[in-house]
Amino acid sequence: MAREGIHVERPYERLNKDQVELIHQASMEILQDPGLISFNEEAVNIFHSHGAEVESLGGDHRSWHVKLPEQLMTSALKSVPKTVTLGARNPDNSLVMNGDQPKVYLITGSETNIWLDVEFPEYVHKSDSSKKIRVPEFKPRRGMVEDLCQSARVCEHLEMVDGFIRNVNIQDRDITPENKDVNKFFASLNNNTKHFMSGLTSLDQLDNVVRMAELIAGGKKQLADNPIISFITCLVKSPLQFVDDTTSTFIEICRRGLPVAVSSSPQAGTTAPIKEAGIMAQINAEVLAGIALGQLVKPGVPLLYGSVPVRARMDTLSDSYGAVETSQYNIDCVQMARFYGIPNYSTSGVCDSKIPGQQSSIERLFSDIVVAMSGPQYLHCAFGLLECNSVFSLLQAVLDDAHFKMIKHFLKQPRVDQTEIESVLKQIRSVVDTPQKLYISHIRPVLRSGEISGLYPFEGSGETDQVFELAFDRMEELLAKPVQHIDEETTARIFAEVPGILPRLNVYERGS
Amino acid sequence: MPENMIDQIRENVIQGRVSSDDEGMEEGMAGQPGVTELVEQALESGVPIRDIVSKGLSGGMDIVGKKFEAGEYFIPDMLASAEAVGAAMDILQPRLAKSGIKTKGTVIVATVKDDLHDIGKNIVTILLRGAGYVVKDLGNNIDTQVIVDAVRDEKPEFLGLSALLTSTMARMEDVIRSLEENGLREQGKIIIGGAPVSDEFARSIGADGYGADGFQAVAVVEALTAEET
Ligand code: B12
Repeated sequence: MAREGIHVERPYERLNKDQVELIHQASMEILQDPGLISFNEEAVNIFHSHGAEVESLGGDHRSWHVKLPEQLMTSALKSVPKTVTLGARNPDNSLVMNGDQPKVYLITGSETNIWLDVEFPEYVHKSDSSKKIRVPEFKPRRGMVEDLCQSARVCEHLEMVDGFIRNVNIQDRDITPENKDVNKFFASLNNNTKHFMSGLTSLDQLDNVVRMAELIAGGKKQLADNPIISFITCLVKSPLQFVDDTTSTFIEICRRGLPVAVSSSPQAGTTAPIKEAGIMAQINAEVLAGIALGQLVKPGVPLLYGSVPVRARMDTLSDSYGAVETSQYNIDCVQMARFYGIPNYSTSGVCDSKIPGQQSSIERLFSDIVVAMSGPQYLHCAFGLLECNSVFSLLQAVLDDAHFKMIKHFLKQPRVDQTEIESVLKQIRSVVDTPQKLYISHIRPVLRSGEISGLYPFEGSGETDQVFELAFDRMEELLAKPVQHIDEETTARIFAEVPGILPRLNVYERGS
Repeated sequence: MPENMIDQIRENVIQGRVSSDDEGMEEGMAGQPGVTELVEQALESGVPIRDIVSKGLSGGMDIVGKKFEAGEYFIPDMLASAEAVGAAMDILQPRLAKSGIKTKGTVIVATVKDDLHDIGKNIVTILLRGAGYVVKDLGNNIDTQVIVDAVRDEKPEFLGLSALLTSTMARMEDVIRSLEENGLREQGKIIIGGAPVSDEFARSIGADGYGADGFQAVAVVEALTAEET
């Protein structure tokens, strides 16, 4: 059983057929001229053995110029699976995605360095001490492994979260590059039964992480059938460069047959043209090149078309996720991925704002609505993320969940058919015939069927805005809810077989 | 048997089913007798009217009220139950006097002249009927004279006036002055409601009560009834 997702019957599209075709052609041209620069030798060899023209470049870092002929691309892309299944510890939380089908799953992410605590101090009116308000005070600090556990726990209970991408960068003193991967995977998997996706810090840890997943899934074959974990790799550095280490990681993950999101994040204005046609042609070329490499490594390996395009801020030239163009690029990418029939990993909800508030609400809702409408299969929608993905707030995640419920309701298909028309005609005739002429009694059958959307869940009483206070109460409620941890026996095996997991993460040995 | 019938009436009030056509809250109820059919049956089998009213109808409404307060029921549910009680009262009305039972009282309601807003007034009507009052609804855009005549003819315990426009709220005062001029002001209590009016406004024009919504309308009428007795 897979999660329901949001079915978008008639996705919003910006590009017409000719424009899609033009972008596709431009990407194919880009891959031949100027081609890619690869800092990874293995990728160069793989492309070369399939007919790419390669040329070694001089300089401090070993790199190669790779020209990918259209024919190579076309034949490599043939084996990309249209349907990708991402498993889960609880199989009812699986995600089944089809590249042709605009069904949206909502996913958390990305790795934030800062965790935002919140308190509600009370303020008293200077001239009237009977007037008091509680105002949220946000306190940033470094993210720790316990925060990741908490976040995983809350996301387990957030109804709209379909899958979990680790959203806290764990920076405890005892976390090292060597043990970071196993700890982030264990902390997340142990506190959340949904699909788990993460990047890998160190390629050396890949087999430990995979072993952990096998133990949880019940074996090698079980993991292949129910891939409870997947990876995200940004092997591309825009413009058009394959970086060395991530490309190695990507190749190794592909060899193991586990699902990977191939992502590229060009910034319009700095690392990609500021023009829509330009960033689109480039990002499409970058993602397709990564996907082609994966297919050449292992034909049929499940891959996601990962697109995280963004526009530059004109004041600082850093990312501006709040810019409306960022949403336009994302929607275009969704459309391009659908053109190839490859499930798409897209982005929405990332904001420039540093704290939850009016700016963050407006920025995120704007892109959440429009990008969701375009029908990406795997939408990284930045639950709880602030300041361009560098800050995580649980309070914001709780708010986002409520807002996505509204978006999901909005995207429901209209129910207009012969039976419905007949039934409403009957209703209209009968109500008009009564003295009061009110349809209220006909509300009842639909009131509890979920057909009617609910009230805003954080509506306060009186004249003050209590959204944050009420969302905070909800957050506390969710934090107190238990989650289903990995069972004791499996936990013991994981600790025995997978080195480096912090003993304090073992829920069965904490008390002793 | 009679106990069972009263239970069924109460249950159907809770379900908000006027007649067998209604669906109610739970699946599979359509087709089974609703409150009006059950009341007819109960009367035929000789169940005392007093029991039908107090144990069946009011008993059911009490539970509905509790469910509403608990957030389990919404306004449409409450109105459906009130409509069922109102429809039952229509059937019982002619027999109440005969069996020596006093009704809770008669209320005449109207939206004043030049005001077409009647949704709120209709809701008030349904809820008052559900609470056991006999309600005569004159409609909307009603001439002051028509209201005065109705008070003279029907001798209601209450008159409820509704206005939704700042330009028509003054008509309420006209009605009260006209009742005074016709020596009818002491006939019954006057309550008013509608978005632009308030408790303060009610007092300023010499009305006896104000209700901010349908539930308050019932509460005000009940409080004024209690004052009388
Ligand atoms: C629906 C509506 C209409 C509908 C009415 C349909 C109908 N069948 O009633 C239509 C479209 C016809 C309409 C027309 C107009 N409307 Co209009 N309408 C409204 C609206 C949006 C909602 C009223 C409503 O039904 N509310 C829902 C019910 C459940 O609430 P309620 O009426 O307040 O009733 C509750 C309580 O007040 C109380 N209550 C009511 N009556 C009574 C009586 C007693 C005795 C008691 C105890 C309690 C009680 O209990 C009720 C139940 O809980 C209001 C906006 C508003 N915020 O009120 C404007 C509003 C009242 N309309 C307004 C206007 C201007 C008009 C028009 C003049 C527009 C135009 N230019 O044509 C016309 C006037 C027509 C006329 N001559 O009356 C203005 C009035 C402003 C003002 N100056 O006062 C309002 C406030 C909108 C606005 N902000 O501009 N309207």
